[in-house]
Amino acid sequence: MSLYQGIFKRDMHIAFKQKAELVQPLMFLLMVVTLFPLGVSPSPDTLQRIGPGVIWIAAILSSLMAMERLFRDDFQDGSLEQYMLSGMPLPAVSAVKVVTHWLVSFVPLLLLSPLLAMFLNLTVDMYIALVLTLLLGTPLLSLIGAIAVGLTVGLQKGGVLLALLLIPVFIPLLIFATSAVDSAALQLPYHAQLAIIAAMLLLAAALAPFAIAYSLKVSQN
Amino acid sequence: MWKWLHPYAKTERAYQLCLTLQPWFWVGALACLSVGTVWGLAFAPQDYQQGDSFRIIYIHVPSAILSMGTYVAMAIAALVGMVWQWRTAYMSMIAMAPIGAVMTFIALFTGAAWGKPMWGAWWVWDARLTSELILLFLYMGVIALYGAFEDKQQAGKAAGVMALVGVVNIPIIHYSVEWWNTLHQGATISKFDNPSIAPEMLWPLLINLLGFAFFIGAVITVRLRNEIVLREMHRPWVQALAMNKALNQQPGDAATASLKEGS
Amino acid sequence: MQFESFADFLNMGGYAFYVWLSFGVTFLAMGIIAIQSFSKHRDLLKQVVVEKERKARIKKARQQQQDNT
Repeated sequence: MSLYQGIFKRDMHIAFKQKAELVQPLMFLLMVVTLFPLGVSPSPDTLQRIGPGVIWIAAILSSLMAMERLFRDDFQDGSLEQYMLSGMPLPAVSAVKVVTHWLVSFVPLLLLSPLLAMFLNLTVDMYIALVLTLLLGTPLLSLIGAIAVGLTVGLQKGGVLLALLLIPVFIPLLIFATSAVDSAALQLPYHAQLAIIAAMLLLAAALAPFAIAYSLKVSQN
Repeated sequence: MWKWLHPYAKTERAYQLCLTLQPWFWVGALACLSVGTVWGLAFAPQDYQQGDSFRIIYIHVPSAILSMGTYVAMAIAALVGMVWQWRTAYMSMIAMAPIGAVMTFIALFTGAAWGKPMWGAWWVWDARLTSELILLFLYMGVIALYGAFEDKQQAGKAAGVMALVGVVNIPIIHYSVEWWNTLHQGATISKFDNPSIAPEMLWPLLINLLGFAFFIGAVITVRLRNEIVLREMHRPWVQALAMNKALNQQPGDAATASLKEGS
Repeated sequence: MQFESFADFLNMGGYAFYVWLSFGVTFLAMGIIAIQSFSKHRDLLKQVVVEKERKARIKKARQQQQDNT
């Protein structure tokens, strides 16, 4: 167990040392959200209608920018190879890395969400629904994203390719998450959407670590 | 069954199998497509609601069904490659991707051309069209990932993982899009919901479905042979094959020219 | 035959543009992918020959070099 704790601590340490990489995706998120009132309409009603979708799309885009970091440094400095040789089960190592990635890139996003909700004129009910969908949905982004990152980590030009691979896969999450917030806006129950997102999360949590481990092995050749 | 299938894991046997299957596929495709298309265009009765515009169904529905079918076949090939470490399985997966993407494109294009007279717009965010569009994105992702790797062995494995991720997602995408569609569009009449289709309308559809399947099979056999040649370039049997082909061609050809130059 | 005349058939009950556009693009796309696959096959086989010739030339040149020295 202590080995995994070691990986966890190390990754946390590195993440907080590279503060720019931590903050930049959040700034990107904030700026993208700012573009919508300017580009579409500043009217509170319109913003409230498009708000949930805007926040979720911006969150997905900004997460794609930060995703690459997940295995890149470990791949380049050879620690990934060390993990593979160490005899630790690779799926478990990948799971630890995904958890760390979620903590450092999505928890700040959750902290930023009240500001975004205010910008886009979301009601309190909508905000609560938004936070719940973010809580359940962003780990899913990390888990599925890590598979594609594992595959593209050895490529020099991984950035756009990563987005091409991941955006179609994230579409169901976007649909259910925004519809949950929309339901909250109409004072309707949104348990169904949350339950579906939770089901997808559980499925991904069960399968993704193995897929990540396999894709890392493919990349490491 | 595995004992019977196993020799085809060898590339040379797979190449030969493609060569034997190929003429049958082409003949089947040509026969079924011409019969089905002529029957569908000229002899099938008119739809009482949509008039003659419904005849697009004879290419739209087969291409839509087979675009999904090809993706599933691709994922199965990837799984076989992963579990049994068959290189030919990865190769056939990559051979399937472009033709699957073309089928998806056809389904999208004919859907749009059908939608224009029916809905009055080239593109409507209809559930099935949207699913097809996302399917096209998935195909493009697999092809792009394969192209990004220099080492084609590794590329096949990576694209295989993505194909499997995609196939797990296809049903989720399908139902989520359908559900999203009912939320946002309320009661639009889906042109595709045809609960009871008259048999004289159905026959050409089935024949064309078979024709498209033959065509896909034929293209896959050609492309699989391409993949094999590309990756086994340095094997003696591939070289013998290429030399044979080059010698049988008329003079003036680039290959023969280089042959003369070499000798 | 569902149509009265050939002109009627071409007209497709007023939907001529959409029907013929769909069928045209479909068979065009299928033709393109088929031709592309075949032409790639030819190119690959040529490439194999060229590659082999190049290897043989290199080998021959090396042999000569060794003989000269």
